[in-house]
Amino acid sequence: MTLTLNHYLLVSGLLFAIGFAGVLLRRNIIIIFMCLELMLNAANLSLVAFSRFNVGAPGTPNEGLPNFNAQVLVFFIITVAAAEVAVGLAIIVALFRSRQTTHVEDISSLKF
Amino acid sequence: MDTAKLFPWFILLNPLIAAVLILVATRKNHGLSAVISTMSAFFGLAAALCAWSLPEVHSSVMWLDFGKAFQVPFGVKLDHLAKAMLLVVTGVGFLVHLYSTVYMEHDDARSRYFGHLALFMFSMLGIVLADNFVMMFIFWELVGASSYLLIGHWYEKDSAADASKKAFLVNRIGDFGFMIGILMVWGLLGTVVFADLQPAVAKLVADQKTNAPLLAFLGVAVLFLFMGPVGKSAQMPLHVWLPDAMEGPTPVSALIHAATMVAAGVYLLVRITFLVDAAPLAQTVIAWTGMITALMAALMATQQNDIKRILAYSTLSQLGYMIGAVGMSAGNAAMFHLFTHAFFKALLFLGAGAVIHGMHHEQDIWKMGGLKNRMPITFVTFGLGTLALIGFPGLAGFFSKDAILVAAGQKSVTFLVMGLVTALLTSFYMTRLFLVAFLNKPMSEAAKHAADPPLVMTGPLMVLAVPSVLFGWGWAASLFHVEVPHGSDTWHVPLLATVMLVVGAGNAVLIYGNRDRERVRIPLFKDKFYFDELYDVLIKVTQEALARFSSFLDKYLIDGLLVKGASALAFGTGFALRFLQVGNAQAYAIFFGLGVIVLMYLAFR
Repeated sequence: MTLTLNHYLLVSGLLFAIGFAGVLLRRNIIIIFMCLELMLNAANLSLVAFSRFNVGAPGTPNEGLPNFNAQVLVFFIITVAAAEVAVGLAIIVALFRSRQTTHVEDISSLKF
Repeated sequence: MDTAKLFPWFILLNPLIAAVLILVATRKNHGLSAVISTMSAFFGLAAALCAWSLPEVHSSVMWLDFGKAFQVPFGVKLDHLAKAMLLVVTGVGFLVHLYSTVYMEHDDARSRYFGHLALFMFSMLGIVLADNFVMMFIFWELVGASSYLLIGHWYEKDSAADASKKAFLVNRIGDFGFMIGILMVWGLLGTVVFADLQPAVAKLVADQKTNAPLLAFLGVAVLFLFMGPVGKSAQMPLHVWLPDAMEGPTPVSALIHAATMVAAGVYLLVRITFLVDAAPLAQTVIAWTGMITALMAALMATQQNDIKRILAYSTLSQLGYMIGAVGMSAGNAAMFHLFTHAFFKALLFLGAGAVIHGMHHEQDIWKMGGLKNRMPITFVTFGLGTLALIGFPGLAGFFSKDAILVAAGQKSVTFLVMGLVTALLTSFYMTRLFLVAFLNKPMSEAAKHAADPPLVMTGPLMVLAVPSVLFGWGWAASLFHVEVPHGSDTWHVPLLATVMLVVGAGNAVLIYGNRDRERVRIPLFKDKFYFDELYDVLIKVTQEALARFSSFLDKYLIDGLLVKGASALAFGTGFALRFLQVGNAQAYAIFFGLGVIVLMYLAFR
């Protein structure tokens, strides 16, 4: 059996769905945060898959080569995600210091 | 430009200079103002007399030039018609100025009065000399404005202020139609200059068949144009301003309501006779309007008690004759009657002014009486004016009225009968006025001690008495190319008119001879056919409805729906959306996710 684009996209979709479900359902902010990262990486996976399966047609300048734009984009995403994790974790630490909790249900003062 | 061409410009601008001088420089010095104004009127009269020896002068400068489509020159035209009218305007104008110097002696605002009088003369001369419609309209409006100022001279009196406002507003209604008419004529013929209009109309009329729609359009245009004269010459149904305008000083009444302003409408119609003659339907409307006005106004005059109001209604009635004559293609007869009427009506108004002056501002004829012994000069001159007005054979009014009646007789028997009945009523109410005010026994203390005013006031009366008596004879009629009827087929008209005169006057003598109070009461005539009340109701109803409607629009549509609606919508939406702020971050994530799903559905469906 050969792996096709669809298999990769299926895995990517599953990862995204698991991540999204985690974001919606889990109550601990740390876990939610990790789930967010999971969704991010699901996107990365699909980008790489698209890149790998988008091979230049015969006669074009990039004949036989994958489209590298998506792979470059993935590097950007990893970099930004690292920065985001740093900021996010800092916020969570600050939140824990002021509220002594990491449960989202306890943090609901911004409402009508 | 040679000197002859400068001449009409001098006539036109001379009173304007006087007006500016008075209103700017000599406001404080009443005596000097009176002198300046009277001098300018005198120069005007002298110039008008000189103008007879001049050939026709036409001089104009381009004023507005928008290429071929629209050109408005500013020009003066001194032709035969203008010369005759000039004589009326400046002649009566000068005498009124002279008379005013005494009549207004004790007025605190004499400078203002004389300034406005000069302004009025300027506007009126502008109408007389105008060579195109636009210029005519400008001066037409100026006459409206300056008459407003003059009628409202005693603006401290509510009635005077109201009367001036009424005169102005009623005139505006007519003027609006006039303006539409001018635009229509311009749209049809492409020019507003009288001299160019005439051949253009002639060309239209020459080919009746192919130009039928254009001629119909022209007919409507003439009807709109006619609205101007209906307002200015106080024809039915816009006549209501004139009797009220008697609130102004009496010399103003003499000037505005006898010789000039009200005559402007007739003058305009005669100026554009070629247009009127090209529109038979409009002509019929004009003739009927004129004759109905003549008859109704004469009926109203029979029951009035204020000396000036009687004269005002009489003016209405005589103006009806003139307008009617224009509608019967007898423009010359109309001008002839305008000419003679200007003199004897000015004489009557100034005579009434003398009476009012002598009676210490009493205007009710039932408080006069016996003035024949106390005010002999006024008595004689007023008597001559009355005889001229009722058409006593041999006096001016006889000939000019006759010319109109002959024209009416040639048009239709109905018009002739209406004209004759009006003549009968005229002689009735004038005899009534004359009997009660002058011949019967005195009915108040003031009447017993009344006296003739000084010579400066009686002078104009005596001067005006001369044309009132003489200007009907052949040579005066020849000024207007009127053929005084001599033909065998019209001999009955003057005879009938004289019979009417005798019957009217005789009845008046029978009813009012030696009476000290009104014996006949006809509320319908006394209350002027309830025109004022009708207009009151009409205005109340229409204005009220309109006001209600626009108030509704403003309150509910603009205020309610648009202004308040917009703010309520923004507020309401915000309020509803606030409930989405539940404070739970995960709920937001669900909304977010649902939103993405919806967007994806919309994008990829």
